[in-house]
Amino acid sequence: MNKGIKLFAFIACLVFSVSPLAAQTSGGSNKGFIIGLIVAGAILLLWAIISITDNLLQIEANKAGIDPEKENMSLFPKFKDLFSKGAPAYVQDNHFVRLNKGFDIKLAGGISDESIHDAAVTRFSLSPYNFRGISPIPKVVVAVGDEVKAGDVLFFDKKNPDVKYVSPVSGEIVDIQRGAKRSISDVIIMADKEQQFATIEAPSLDAISRDELVAFMASSGAWTLLNQRPYDVLPELTDVPRDIFISTFDTAPLAPDSKLFIQGNEAAFQKGVDVLNHLTEGKVHLGLDARSSKSNSAYAGFENAAKHYFAGPHPAGNVGIQIHHINPIGLNDKVWTLNVQDVITLGKIFTEGKYDASRIVALTGAELKEPKYVRTYQGANIAELLKDNVDSNNYRMVSGDVLSGTAKNGEGFLDLKDDQVTVVEEGDQYEAFGWLAPIAPRPSVSNTYPWFLYPNYKHRANTNTHGEKRAFVVTGQYENVLPMDIYPQFLMKSIMTQEIEKMEGLGLNELTEEDVALCEFVCTSKAPLQELLREGLDYARAQQ
Amino acid sequence: MGLLDIFKKIEPDKKKSPILHTLFDAVFTFAYSPNTVTSGKGVHVRDGMDLKRQMIHVVLALGGLFLFGAYNIGHQHFIAQGNYTGFLEAVGLKLIYGLVKLLPLFIVANVVGLGIEIITAARKGHAVEEGFIVSGALIPLIMPPDLPLWILAVAVAFAVIIGKEAFGGTGMNIWNIALLARVFVFFAYPTTIAGDEVWVAGYEKLAEGAATEYGFMITSVINPILEAIGSISFTPAVVADGFTGATPLSLAYQGGWDAVTQHYSTAQMFWGSIPGSIGETSKPLIVLGALFLLITGIASWRIMLSMTIGAIVMAMILNAWGASPMMTVPWMYQFYMGSFFFAMAFMATDPVTASGTNTGKWIYGITIGAIGMIIRTINPAYPEGWMLAILFANTFAPLIDHYVLQANITKRLKRA
Repeated sequence: MNKGIKLFAFIACLVFSVSPLAAQTSGGSNKGFIIGLIVAGAILLLWAIISITDNLLQIEANKAGIDPEKENMSLFPKFKDLFSKGAPAYVQDNHFVRLNKGFDIKLAGGISDESIHDAAVTRFSLSPYNFRGISPIPKVVVAVGDEVKAGDVLFFDKKNPDVKYVSPVSGEIVDIQRGAKRSISDVIIMADKEQQFATIEAPSLDAISRDELVAFMASSGAWTLLNQRPYDVLPELTDVPRDIFISTFDTAPLAPDSKLFIQGNEAAFQKGVDVLNHLTEGKVHLGLDARSSKSNSAYAGFENAAKHYFAGPHPAGNVGIQIHHINPIGLNDKVWTLNVQDVITLGKIFTEGKYDASRIVALTGAELKEPKYVRTYQGANIAELLKDNVDSNNYRMVSGDVLSGTAKNGEGFLDLKDDQVTVVEEGDQYEAFGWLAPIAPRPSVSNTYPWFLYPNYKHRANTNTHGEKRAFVVTGQYENVLPMDIYPQFLMKSIMTQEIEKMEGLGLNELTEEDVALCEFVCTSKAPLQELLREGLDYARAQQ
Repeated sequence: MGLLDIFKKIEPDKKKSPILHTLFDAVFTFAYSPNTVTSGKGVHVRDGMDLKRQMIHVVLALGGLFLFGAYNIGHQHFIAQGNYTGFLEAVGLKLIYGLVKLLPLFIVANVVGLGIEIITAARKGHAVEEGFIVSGALIPLIMPPDLPLWILAVAVAFAVIIGKEAFGGTGMNIWNIALLARVFVFFAYPTTIAGDEVWVAGYEKLAEGAATEYGFMITSVINPILEAIGSISFTPAVVADGFTGATPLSLAYQGGWDAVTQHYSTAQMFWGSIPGSIGETSKPLIVLGALFLLITGIASWRIMLSMTIGAIVMAMILNAWGASPMMTVPWMYQFYMGSFFFAMAFMATDPVTASGTNTGKWIYGITIGAIGMIIRTINPAYPEGWMLAILFANTFAPLIDHYVLQANITKRLKRA
């Protein structure tokens, strides 16, 4: 953007300033034209020779198995080598990617104190809705009034009975709620004060085949911690992932600092990575934070994993973006992704012999009296988490971040993969000339707002749409916030017209909702991109 | 919230009077941003930018051109008489004269265009989309000052109905609406928009001694007021000796750069006190508007830059050829004449009709720059090339995008 302005200004100056000097030169003649043609031809020929040589060199390098990401075998320096800042020193020889596209939405309501509080939550839920691809009415093996321990089976999918879905906490089953068409929406557990864990006899990794490991994971509940791309589904037991990706940092607005997750859990995380290594034919990849100049990644010391450093604004921490820059998902590829806290739960099954679904959750948002970290378990009740902490009458509770989280009412529970709750003001008010001269600052990527000059100002956002839905008009704005080789607007149009080959060709498989969330945020036409993308993903999945 | 209550009270029934309701909705959403909140399924917080804000910023960028355009209409009018030839003489009279010419054009273009938009929106049952805010501001600026209002009305109706609504409304059109209106006038009523006669307002024919025609507005409304307050007023006069009204471009055709400089200094051409379409003449104000659009990020710098490059390169090549007087005009002087900057800043950058991919934008811009320069220089039938070049590139923009996307698809398939 800035480079463009400079270049344009430069050329404009050139046009106006050179003109008086050159006024005397005549228009030229036929002779000059022919000489010009010859010179142009010679330059073209030279360029052709050089580029053919360059191509041959790179073909040779490919044959010799040199990784083009690390060794530049071309005659030309790479564009990004010339223009981007170098990697911080602590990256050493690891793969480093600096992403220039994206946007950090600065919101008020972040956590200043890193101490972790205990949350007095009594009700927890395991919701079949959180597992994409299982039947809507799974077989529930517990009844209201039953006592369960953490790790006991709650339900299983009748199509796939080997995979067990286990309780995150110990306590008494108090309710089995049903949603639309009698589907099971929540199995609700009243937690014990002292948590009891079902004992799990974990096998040793050295003496176990992959099939045995998969069977063990399915029966112990560990399988449900996995997530498969494309489509974000629970993998089938027969699926073998090409690679497994773990993003160890989160760049979303007000996201928790992931170094808190790992404190004291290093052994469990390492064990989890080792287990995952057994499950894939490829590698386990860790995406590490390289945004600051000093090393702050608590994840740099783990073994058996390829490390990739990422710097740049949101969505640099999204695992989908990282996969795109490490090894993109091809049309027939399946890869798995996990959150840090899921890897730790997975590791603890093997190190401690228990299904420990404890989670550190960040309670954030400008509507809170005190944003803070709390320690709780998967599926905690959100209203209980926020008890006595909300400082507003008109607010929305979001499980996750404001970009791709889910709105919850007072009876809502934390979604399975979420480690954050955000509380934002509901913006259901009319605003006089709100589109032209807004008095209250609001987050925006647009430079039409004067506060673009203060990029670090923390905004107090609300949920108003700030405008009505329109057809696509503006182009190029999605590309500015999505650091992938993808044309989101054209992808969305192909989803609308249900052209499956075009969708997949344009990179549908590489995306999930959180990756296009920022595109949806910036959209001038207020298009519902995440819903649309999910429509496309469901459509493509149905075609399989 | 008093105003809000009034709005709520007068809201017409949607079923009984859909057109009235659509009109109400347009005015209401103009005055108050709606209270809709995000659905809870996607993002919870949205960017403050919407289409209204986007469009109005383009109009803001055009603001200076309206003022200067109005003034220049008056200025050229008096130069033809040989009166008040200094740029800052009789400022009030020139401005009044310009506004008398420009305001009806603006009002007719917007009433016709928005009227059609509101009727179609009511028929389709959606809100009035904002696209015409910009088109309605651009159309008066690219017309000659003396254009009969009925021709303007027909042209706008053609552009909005055939060019936009037939394709599905804002965001769906293939060709730039403002240019479509102009090209309609250009081919249907060529004598009103081409030649040396039409760029100076107020004369039936720019022959020596031809009389000034002041309309009802000036003779019966404005002149009495001016006389009442004791100011100078409009007095009938005749065209001065030797005045032609020819634009720099038509002069350059006949005699190259020398012929141009006999009539106009480079300073005049740069600052814009020359005859031409209303908004196109003042280069500094256009560049200011363009910088405003670039800094706010509303217009694509890729298109502006690539169009400039395309035009410069093509002008240099034509210089090297040098077969006609126009081709011998040094390439940088090409930018003093005609409407290159206006086309670059406000016409080519229309996001709906331009290429949608960033790579495509480069190709699109270079195409316009090169072809526009060719039309202007080589084809004697068309004095200026940007209108046709942009419409041509509009036509090919989807094709350019298709190949850019296809390259992306092929790359992905190869990787699999």
